[in-house]
Amino acid sequence: MRYPRWFWAAFGAPGLVWVALFFVIPVYTILAIAMGQPDPIFQDPIPEWNPLQWDVGAFETVFSGFGPGEAFYVVFLRTFAYVAIALALSLAIGYPVAYFIARHGGRWKTLLLIGLVAPFWISYLMRMLAWVNLLQDDGYVNRALMWLNVIDAPRAWLDGRPSTVILGLVYGYIPFLILPLYAALDRIDRSLLEAARDLGAGRIQTFRRVTLPLSKPGILAGSVIITLPMFGDYYTPDLLSGSPRTNMIGNEIYLFILQGSQRRVGAALVIVLMLILLVFMLYYLVSTTRASKELEA
Amino acid sequence: MSGMRRWLANPWGRPRFLALLTVLYMVWSIAPILLAVRFSFNEGRSRSTAQGWSTRWYWDEPDLSVWNDPSLRQALFQSLKLAGLAMAIAVPLGIALGVALTRWRGRGAGLARSTTLLPLVTPELVLGVALFLTVIHLFHFIDLGTVAQLVGHVTFSLAFVVIIVRGRLLSIGKEYEEAAMDLGASPVQALRLALLPLLMPAVFASFMFVFAISIDDFVISQFLSSSASTETIPIKIYANARGAPTPALNALASAMLFATLLAVALAFLILRVTRRSRGERGSAMGDFANLRV
Repeated sequence: MRYPRWFWAAFGAPGLVWVALFFVIPVYTILAIAMGQPDPIFQDPIPEWNPLQWDVGAFETVFSGFGPGEAFYVVFLRTFAYVAIALALSLAIGYPVAYFIARHGGRWKTLLLIGLVAPFWISYLMRMLAWVNLLQDDGYVNRALMWLNVIDAPRAWLDGRPSTVILGLVYGYIPFLILPLYAALDRIDRSLLEAARDLGAGRIQTFRRVTLPLSKPGILAGSVIITLPMFGDYYTPDLLSGSPRTNMIGNEIYLFILQGSQRRVGAALVIVLMLILLVFMLYYLVSTTRASKELEA
Repeated sequence: MSGMRRWLANPWGRPRFLALLTVLYMVWSIAPILLAVRFSFNEGRSRSTAQGWSTRWYWDEPDLSVWNDPSLRQALFQSLKLAGLAMAIAVPLGIALGVALTRWRGRGAGLARSTTLLPLVTPELVLGVALFLTVIHLFHFIDLGTVAQLVGHVTFSLAFVVIIVRGRLLSIGKEYEEAAMDLGASPVQALRLALLPLLMPAVFASFMFVFAISIDDFVISQFLSSSASTETIPIKIYANARGAPTPALNALASAMLFATLLAVALAFLILRVTRRSRGERGSAMGDFANLRV
């Protein structure tokens, strides 16, 4: 006897219904709100479920804000800059660390891995709170820098500084980058490295021509994993700066959806953001599907 | 000199610079958290300087400590309540879905699989906005507050459970169920008696993951919160991090940290024992880091 044909579909049905109700329909709702008309009296958005009657007014508002120097233009450019710098810094710090633990961890490996995994179990908000504590005017960062004579007077680190926000992004997301990097580097067969050395390649050449190409999937996967949430971040700038000067796309969406009455514009912004991120999302889905197919084969 | 040359010639020698960088990274990564926990035990009111030791901000202080400030205690209970309920719903739902999606080979299976995994790559902000708009404009049977937050947490963590179960299933193979059915078990019996016991490590890991995701979740909880009574610990941290007058906020965050670490340590021990009893070798922590359970 084997499982009947319908068996698995029926077994997965409750979960699939859940995903349809609470993921697929809600994502469509964003579109329906963005394409709907505002209520003439209260200016509340009215969702438009029929694509034939969609109104692109909200998108016109958003796109007119994209002219050079306009509000959204500045915020989008700033977001891209912050994310790019934070990603580059994370890779520059994360790759050597992951490489060292995978290759040279030795008897310390378990302890180092606990160190890598630990931030996963600590709330992101608490990790930001820890930096708020440290970066206060009388905090340990200012005191250490003054003791080292780097600065003469306490600096207001939490007062709208892009560098602080970028530090927060790196600190917040780097654990999610290091783990895939570690997994990719740990999987590399050591005999390949020995073969490269036997064939006369030096340390650097072995790294450049064997290790680096073999760890590329880990670099890409890790970069996508941290880029996606960084684009939707609003709490890191809020906690570490709190100034409109460091607002990211996420802050604008948060303000439009939760604080203001312009929910249509907020919804249109979310759609624009999703279109930008779609490339990354699809890349990640395709590569994980391919990886699990290989596992099955 | 010859020692130096041997050190350079040895391809597996430890690069000192990388070792230093790794140690610095670990300190940078962990020290701020330890200091935040340290300040929560302050005797004084400072959140940026160590001032003696006490449990004042946990329960001793009337009105202002975590236990005696109604709004902080409320947040603690709301977080724990949501995590418990999310585990109770997301784990069975996700396990069934994970098994079904791995074994199901019919029309629509591919679409179902990628749709299920999409929440994994959707920024939480998008999911939060989507559910918020749906609850106020379409699903009038759900109110903002605990129920909406619970729906959000389950939706967000479901894909993680599916991934965990899938990974485990691919390493088990179909043989055990087939053997059970050849011996006369019905499909449901084969699942319950042959597959489920083999899936237990994945079940434990799922419980732990859902707990950690739910208790740490901020964006979804905030978008779907209705009033002060449904604020969770991360929302309290967000609202008060810059302005909090006392280390009670650090105490609240630390309490959450202790709860999560306890849950993780427990799940990890169970995982280790089951690995031992199956005679699997290698580093349990390594598998853990690679999400192989």
